[in-house]
Amino acid sequence: MCAAEPWQKAEISGPMKSFVIQKPDVAAALIKKAKHPVLIVGHEAVEAENDINFIDYIVKIAKAGKIPIIASGKSFSEIRKFTSALLMPIVEAANRLIDPNWSGADGLGHHDLALFIAIPYYVEWLILSGIKHFSSVKTISLDRFYQPHASWSFPNLTVKDWVKNLNDLIKALEEGLKNVDV
Amino acid sequence: MSKKTLRLKIDELKTSLGDIKNFELSIGKIIEEAWEEEFGPTPFPSTSDLRSWDLKLIEKYKPFYMPFCDVCCLCTMGKCDLTKDKRGACGLNMAAQQSRIVLLACCIGAATHTAHARHLVEHLIEKYGRKFLIDVGGVSVEVEAPIIRLVCGIRPKTLEDLEDVLDYVEKEIVQLLSATHTGQEGSFIDFESKIFHAGMLDHVAMEAADIAQISAYGFPKADPEAPLIEIGFGVVDKSKPTILVIGHNVPSAISIVDYLEDNGLRDKVEVCGICCTAHDLSRYDSKAKIIGPISWQLRFIRSGIPDVIVVDEQCIRADALIEAQKIKAPLIATSEKNCLGLLDKTADQPAEVIKDLVDGKIPGALILDNDKIGEIAVKTALLTASNRVKFKSIPDVQGVIEEAKKCRKCNECSRACPNNLPIPKAIEEASKGGLKDLAELLDLCIGCGRCESACPGNLPIHSFMVVAAEKKLKEEKFKVRAGRGAIQDIEIRQVGSPIVLGEIPGVIAFVGCANYPKSGREVAEMAEEFAKRNYIIVSSGCAAMSMAMYKNEEGKTIYEMYPGVFDAGGISNVGSCVSNSHIAGAAIKIASIFARRKLRGNYEEIADYILNRVGAVGVGWGAMSQKAASIASGFWRLGIPVIVGPHGFKYRRMLLGRKERKEDWYVYDARSGEKVYVGPAPEHLFYSAENKEEAMVMIPKLCMRPNDTTKGRAIKLTNYIDLHKKIYGTLPDDIYMFIRTVADIPITMKDEVLKFLKEKEWEENIIPDPTLLPRLIRKRRE
Repeated sequence: MCAAEPWQKAEISGPMKSFVIQKPDVAAALIKKAKHPVLIVGHEAVEAENDINFIDYIVKIAKAGKIPIIASGKSFSEIRKFTSALLMPIVEAANRLIDPNWSGADGLGHHDLALFIAIPYYVEWLILSGIKHFSSVKTISLDRFYQPHASWSFPNLTVKDWVKNLNDLIKALEEGLKNVDV
Repeated sequence: MSKKTLRLKIDELKTSLGDIKNFELSIGKIIEEAWEEEFGPTPFPSTSDLRSWDLKLIEKYKPFYMPFCDVCCLCTMGKCDLTKDKRGACGLNMAAQQSRIVLLACCIGAATHTAHARHLVEHLIEKYGRKFLIDVGGVSVEVEAPIIRLVCGIRPKTLEDLEDVLDYVEKEIVQLLSATHTGQEGSFIDFESKIFHAGMLDHVAMEAADIAQISAYGFPKADPEAPLIEIGFGVVDKSKPTILVIGHNVPSAISIVDYLEDNGLRDKVEVCGICCTAHDLSRYDSKAKIIGPISWQLRFIRSGIPDVIVVDEQCIRADALIEAQKIKAPLIATSEKNCLGLLDKTADQPAEVIKDLVDGKIPGALILDNDKIGEIAVKTALLTASNRVKFKSIPDVQGVIEEAKKCRKCNECSRACPNNLPIPKAIEEASKGGLKDLAELLDLCIGCGRCESACPGNLPIHSFMVVAAEKKLKEEKFKVRAGRGAIQDIEIRQVGSPIVLGEIPGVIAFVGCANYPKSGREVAEMAEEFAKRNYIIVSSGCAAMSMAMYKNEEGKTIYEMYPGVFDAGGISNVGSCVSNSHIAGAAIKIASIFARRKLRGNYEEIADYILNRVGAVGVGWGAMSQKAASIASGFWRLGIPVIVGPHGFKYRRMLLGRKERKEDWYVYDARSGEKVYVGPAPEHLFYSAENKEEAMVMIPKLCMRPNDTTKGRAIKLTNYIDLHKKIYGTLPDDIYMFIRTVADIPITMKDEVLKFLKEKEWEENIIPDPTLLPRLIRKRRE
């Protein structure tokens, strides 16, 4: 499996492709460096893959990074049992993210970094493309497959490696900023 | 009809100058004023005549573009990198390029329906004559062509009148297509306006096509009790020779049924269809059987059941001939638009063609004469059936298990699958003898075959699924109501008031293709949920088929459980893709028949009426094609929002409102001229939902309109809040935007909602007589 190849092979993005996050520390550093990040969670967070509790990871990432959450679908219902979240369809969230005057998920204004997770692959690639072309917002895909339209993305990963990456990211966020060049 | 051609036709004339035979002369047009209604401002609108209306919509529902890739590759100066704000060599930026691509898609869609309509009208004129009367419902349907009346400003009386309509549409499509050339249109706003124009034209063409075929072929005429038709993989009597028809343009399929009837063979041969030709054939002959939607092509052909395959146009797999050859079934192509590389045998003697097909000398033939298609298809089927004994192109169970052992576990199949289905795991199970996972995948499979194309080991993965699910497929027998065609005027009179006042909470149209994120079951589930909630449900095309393919505990399908009326709690199938025009037509007729708004060339006012008063929503859960794009854009211009499934994101642009921007949600009160805040109703014009649950919350929300009475708004809010709570477990955080007065609040939720309103510092507002058009203000405030 090539590290920086789109999961759906026909999805060739163009000149501007996502940087590959080889180490989760890089994602942690990007989050820490951001002024006002937001975590966008799709409905697939409640569709367990290999019995993994994604909600648990998502909540931990949000809490460790102090990141407000926008969640769609039933993911919202689950997340709000553990922490606050804004219910909003993904496409509406993306449409607001590109507006520098939007009040933001928490009312504190424009988000300069958006993290994406648990969104159907082809939906996420298009959403990321919209944000890439029509805003200055940086994006990180935390999903298991390489997303070429993000600013940074995990490569295609096995479930085991993905879980390890998410754990390492949480750990790095909890420990605070490390000296990682981005 | 307002225009007449002066036509002189002489079959034979002997004069001193010589003999004249088959002389025909046409001179211009003579205006005939038989319609008392005066012309509105925009009969036969040009590309820019409705631009001001379009800009009002685009201002409210701004495009959100999601490019597939970063480049433009439409001219030799490219590829051009349009990333972010870069401009290409022609000067175009990314927003304009994306809207240009959407316009191209909508032009393709509109051209496809128009070409279909043109072929049908010409064919029917040849068969029944120019003066053949249009009749879509007798005295029950006096507004026979609401879209044509609205757009063109004419009342078509005969088939020849439709030629004028199509002349106009063809001319306009050429104009639109030319705007996509390098160095033409440069603004995304104007591309968007042109997209709306393409959609409007598409609806005109669809209406022309369907009213022509309803009239000439005697399809159900606005009949809520149209017959129930057999549908499903298992409905064919395999002991009989079987002809499979695929496509959208029904004359060739009808020629087959006519030939069978004329020769006393109707009970000896099965005629079944896939996609919209099947819908339309079953409107002509209730004995015809429907196999299923577009995605059933590969599975049914490979089953080996068809002895002859007849294809016409649209939505036919480009590899249909290859698949037909695999099961040794001759294929007959019948449309100039889809010749498939076959030899044109139209001029040959039918007996010679039949012999060549049966002997396998040729894999198929192009026959462009409907009078011959029936004979050739039937005789070929009768002869072929006895020779080929239903030759399948799928392995047996043991074959699947053995082949599955060859899987290299490379994941290429899954990576090629549009729905990322877990195919490798299912194949691994199959290699150990377990076919359950493969069988379950077929229910989620859209039948595209990309898995097979991607497999480096050339494993016939789709066929594996078909084998694994064979038992279930054989039991697949359901009932769908035949396409009823138009909605009766009296039905409109009965529901007009409760719809406009909001007491019937909405009209929901489930339309479009079968590119579902999960199975078609989701469409059936949504339709039933909203029928139970007293919405009016209409369907068409592949969605109408998918809705039929599930049974309740009593073994009944949705069409057997709910009446086919256009009324609260009814579920009707209007018919094929071109029948979508009756859905838009129903909305127009509400404005015309119920509200008595003038129709003739009065597009802007009627669209304004629909946007502000008619709570209708289209749902294209599996929308895939360019036709679906143009159908949707026709609805948008009329002010009807459309929701598509997650694959609909790939249309690359949504039209989204921003509910929190109060300034976007003002209308004029036509009584006073005052600007009144009415909330985000409807919130979006084109919206892609991530999953079924999200759509089910969005549907009732998009049914809200500024004109709802307090009683109507309370009913709509009840549904919205109830579904929101059921799915998300909370009260919607935006309900304060939809409550204008305390009387809007659903009575059973009053305490909870009032408490929430207090937190939001909500203030009461008036309910206006809403319009976006200043010219409709009856009294201006100084």
